[in-house]
Amino acid sequence: MLVQIGFDSLETRSVTLGFIPLLDCAPLIVARDKGFFRKHGLDVMLLREPSWASLRDRVALGVLDGAHMLQAMPLAATAGLGGLKVPMLSACVLNLGSNGITVSTELWDQICAVDAKAANDTLATTSALAAIVAERRKAAAPPLTFAATFPYSSHNYELRLWLAAGGLDPDRDVRLVVVPPQQMLTYLTAGRIDGYCVGAPWNSLAAVQGVGRVVATKGDLWENGPEKVFGVTRAWAERHPNTHRALLRALIEACVWLDDARNHGEASALLALPGIVNAPAALIEALLAGRLFVEFDAPPRIEPDFIVFHRYAANFPWRSQSLWTLDAMRRAGQIGPKIDCLSLASQVVAPEIYRAAAAELGLSAPTIDDKTEVTHAVSWTLNQATRPIAMAPDRLLGGRIFDPSKFDNDAPVTPTFMQEPS
Amino acid sequence: MGLRILLIDEDAARVTALREGLADSGYETVGVASLTDDLVAKVRDLAPDLIIVDMESPSRDTLEDMRRITADRPRPIVMFVDQSEDNVTAEAMRMGVSAYVIDGLNPGRVKPIIDVAVARFAEHQKLRAELDQAKMDLADRKAIERAKGALMKSRGLTEDQAYRLMQKLAMDQNQRLVDVARTVMALAQVLKPER
Repeated sequence: MLVQIGFDSLETRSVTLGFIPLLDCAPLIVARDKGFFRKHGLDVMLLREPSWASLRDRVALGVLDGAHMLQAMPLAATAGLGGLKVPMLSACVLNLGSNGITVSTELWDQICAVDAKAANDTLATTSALAAIVAERRKAAAPPLTFAATFPYSSHNYELRLWLAAGGLDPDRDVRLVVVPPQQMLTYLTAGRIDGYCVGAPWNSLAAVQGVGRVVATKGDLWENGPEKVFGVTRAWAERHPNTHRALLRALIEACVWLDDARNHGEASALLALPGIVNAPAALIEALLAGRLFVEFDAPPRIEPDFIVFHRYAANFPWRSQSLWTLDAMRRAGQIGPKIDCLSLASQVVAPEIYRAAAAELGLSAPTIDDKTEVTHAVSWTLNQATRPIAMAPDRLLGGRIFDPSKFDNDAPVTPTFMQEPS
Repeated sequence: MGLRILLIDEDAARVTALREGLADSGYETVGVASLTDDLVAKVRDLAPDLIIVDMESPSRDTLEDMRRITADRPRPIVMFVDQSEDNVTAEAMRMGVSAYVIDGLNPGRVKPIIDVAVARFAEHQKLRAELDQAKMDLADRKAIERAKGALMKSRGLTEDQAYRLMQKLAMDQNQRLVDVARTVMALAQVLKPER
């Protein structure tokens, strides 16, 4: 028996959403297949998109009402970087973590030859990589090539952060290209790229197939950093406030369900299907449980917070996290000083809509919009919330701190994150 | 001077049609790329002025990045929609055609080419739909018509949009069109407001 109270207030009950075949599209798939959308009065159709560009354009053109998006996507679309300039907003983060960096087995052998410590030390890996790059330059060999999945993506920024950690300049010392996730393994096997940064399951898949070695996870780069968001156009959000909140309630409930280890088996069966992620269910189940395959024929690495859907206030759209991403976009040369980052972040994140949806579910939500990012080395408690929320470590590789209150839009930036005094 | 055109499309029949259409209008296609090609190398080697790409091609994300490339190319590649304010390109995208051009290229030179592409895509779409139609038996056709009607009503779609939506669902889920239609009808029954 469906509870129908309040459905009359929905501006529309029929909604079409887009997603990209990655593990973190799970909240949308679960909200549909486990009936969370229906519970909130919604009839949702999900469409798998062939590319981030297509997903963005279809949201901008109104073919899709909303989508599983890269966190940088609503920022880039609002600023008019690439494609149609359409103001977008996000009131909900879908997950933390789940990215990784993989290198070819050949490059991995070279890294280990430089420094055997690389096997369990990210900074040792990046230093060894810098030594290999220097050797190649001396020998006049072509630069190493690394791929991310989209120019305005966490994958691009995390790859740059990782390269910079070893002292490499991502724009000068290596070649960076964009390759669709499904093509990454093919490119790596063909030797067209030497490594890549991508979301799950495409790192572990390379490891189990013996074509790559996972050298870092998002957890090594930005512990519990935000990953995908639920994004809509500002115009759609303004016309459909109640439907928007109903979607958020369903997605948040799906995220709570996904965090429960008892549901990982069922979730992996839903996600493994050819029309969804199209990867082995056993691999997906292992990743949901934080068991990562990093090397061929080796036992998995255990990282309990490899992918987080709800705990640690994961779904809250922190403005400070969007500001951090805008800072990364500046360092990548994608935006100049003409763009006011704080004002752009404030336009794009919608914490008040999240708080309303969370309150309707009786869940706690942060009462502040910003937090000092990447400062906590151990678990901590967020007291500026409707009820205290247990939080997790959020360190950045190299230990730099990001304090949003000290953000200076006019300060000159370098491509790296590491060499400036904080 | 003629513009150098690169086509990116996995559908061989459509590539042939598009190539012919462009040649008829006096435009030269310098190359065709598919998903298995090294697109970055291909663009560097062929140096096209204009790239016509199927909206459904995952290669679009690679092209989105070429606006940034300075080492490999003297001028960046941008999405055509960046350059032109009118709705024509948005309409083209709805028809499944997206275009990338060398930054600074005069939009007036590009539009006729996009028009040819849109016309050929539409024609191809129609042919495929007719072929599908011919293959279907009457009962299947009825189910699809009814599902199409239900989608048009519940989602405010045009007939063509409703049909394409079902086609896409069928492709995504590895199902026959008629099976998707039956699911759509079943869902429409279940979700009917109880009033």
